[in-house]
Amino acid sequence: MTRNTALSIRDLSISYDTPEGRLRAIREVSFDVARGGITGLVGESGCGKSTLMSAILGLLDGAAIVESGEIWLGETDLLTLSRGEMRRLLGDRIGAVFQDPMRSLNPVLTIGRQMTDIQFRHRLSRRTKRERAIEMLHKVRIPDPAARLDRYPHELSGGMRQRVAIAMALMAEPDLLVADEPTTALDATLEMRTIELLRELQQEIGCAIVFITHHLGVVSELCDDTVIMYAGEVVEAGPTRALFEAPRHPYTDLLFACDPARIRERSRHLPTIPGTVPGLIDVPPGCVFAERCPERFAPCGRLHPRPLRVRGSEAVRCHLHDPEVTS
Amino acid sequence: MWLYFLKRLGLAVAVVAIVIAALFAMIHAIPGDPARVALGPRASEELVAAFRERIGLDQPILVQMGNFYVSLLRGDLGRDAVSGEPVLRILLSQLPDTLYLVLGSILVAVVPGVFLGTLAARHRGSLIDRVTSVISVSVMSIPAFVIAIYLLLIFSIELQWFPAIGAGEGVLDRLHRLVLPSLALGLAWIGYVARILRASILEEMNEPHVRTARAFGLSENRIMYDYVLRIAILPTITVLGIGVGHMLSGAVFAEIVFARPGIGKLVFDAIISRNYPVVTGAVLLTTIFFVLVNLLADLVIAWLDPRVRHDLAG
Repeated sequence: MTRNTALSIRDLSISYDTPEGRLRAIREVSFDVARGGITGLVGESGCGKSTLMSAILGLLDGAAIVESGEIWLGETDLLTLSRGEMRRLLGDRIGAVFQDPMRSLNPVLTIGRQMTDIQFRHRLSRRTKRERAIEMLHKVRIPDPAARLDRYPHELSGGMRQRVAIAMALMAEPDLLVADEPTTALDATLEMRTIELLRELQQEIGCAIVFITHHLGVVSELCDDTVIMYAGEVVEAGPTRALFEAPRHPYTDLLFACDPARIRERSRHLPTIPGTVPGLIDVPPGCVFAERCPERFAPCGRLHPRPLRVRGSEAVRCHLHDPEVTS
Repeated sequence: MWLYFLKRLGLAVAVVAIVIAALFAMIHAIPGDPARVALGPRASEELVAAFRERIGLDQPILVQMGNFYVSLLRGDLGRDAVSGEPVLRILLSQLPDTLYLVLGSILVAVVPGVFLGTLAARHRGSLIDRVTSVISVSVMSIPAFVIAIYLLLIFSIELQWFPAIGAGEGVLDRLHRLVLPSLALGLAWIGYVARILRASILEEMNEPHVRTARAFGLSENRIMYDYVLRIAILPTITVLGIGVGHMLSGAVFAEIVFARPGIGKLVFDAIISRNYPVVTGAVLLTTIFFVLVNLLADLVIAWLDPRVRHDLAG
């Protein structure tokens, strides 16, 4: 744990008890988010992003079992906290923005009510809380914020609702903001505007952000560091620029090749990665990507790759870069 | 909103008109000449004919119905076939006791029902959840008249905590005598309210907005009572609106078993004596009351849920 890290996840493994057996949702996940830095967390649906996010926020559901690992927020391991202690950090040192702006605000309470409710920690008058809410709405560039406070979520547009959610999450000036695909439900122009806004506010407040997305364009635009997840594991992590210039893991490489924004030649079909993600109840003993990997060789099927530090990346789980395996 | 209200009111009027038509058809399908029943077997033919003429039974049924609608518009529900008193006055004198009974039953249903439903949802899957589920299903499956008789046997006759019969005098006495009949009518609805509420709370708990509230560190109590219950209670309100209809029909037996005055008792006696003006008036009043309660339920929902208001305005 260094002083420059806002969030540090160490060897985190979480599984779910299901009727079919133990589903090992995330395994040995480690990465750091620098203080004031933005880390993009990329992966397909079902790669464990949501489980990871719930773990950081202490909102794992009852069926989830934390098998091992630590989640350090500054000097505190969040996994050792009681429910009450965790509740004290949420909405204060940790903020969160969720995917679906349509449904992530309470539909029967006004924006103002929801924005004053979350200030329950402060002994302020109702009026001051309202003023703080107006100020925050002003910061996320909502026109006529005072009038908007008395509106219900369904009376605002999708983009505006998401800006309200961002305003709420940043109101307490947290150390860490967890953003779960906050722009996925928005159209492209709105998405870029929301991201610019998020970056501006981040610089003003100085919080660190974990930005969960499957949109590579957003990651390269916004994030300092990138973590690529596949089937519950971190397959590659490193500084965004280096990682985008020279991906080391074959999965990262193929993921980039599938990004519609990067396709240069005209083709009748969008590229895809052949094969399917392995089941997580019986996780294959070797590399999780071996089944689909075009560069697989002998050890991939039986030996689980260890995270390696190679030039440009801080961690790659691939035998191709392991001198002990290749030699 | 106002347009919606007017539409609902128009619908209510149509419902009442149809109910009256059905009632007229039903009355005339029941065997037994009302004049004969009212006057007794030894009355002369002339007397019977005069009686039939007085309450309009000599006219074709459609004319009778037309006359009824016309006088209804003037606020006239006809006269009691036996005593000659205006039906409206009789009904209004009996209405309060039935209203208290229905209100009492709703209270009996809602307060424990909401408590048990919330409790079960908060402790989902635990022993508490299973116990409340058993309680709910048991009270739902015992017929109300069985409950009524047992309440009488246990609390009036054995323990003598509550008087067995009558509506009482003065506020305290009335309330005291309201307890058992309200329990008899409302007990089953504790189960309905608890089950429906539990299901809708659990459904609402899965909504993303609850996760957002948790992510801001709001307490579970606050989330439950301010954020979830407000939405989860809506289906229960609709069901209770319909429940009032059941309670009104239940009032007939409750008022007889507990020998209370009221609309139910009035209807029962009127049917026995073929006192059709009273039957028609009572059914009409009950229908209007039921329709109004459901309108009220919808208005409460619109008041609690801005999305409904929004849809109504648009």
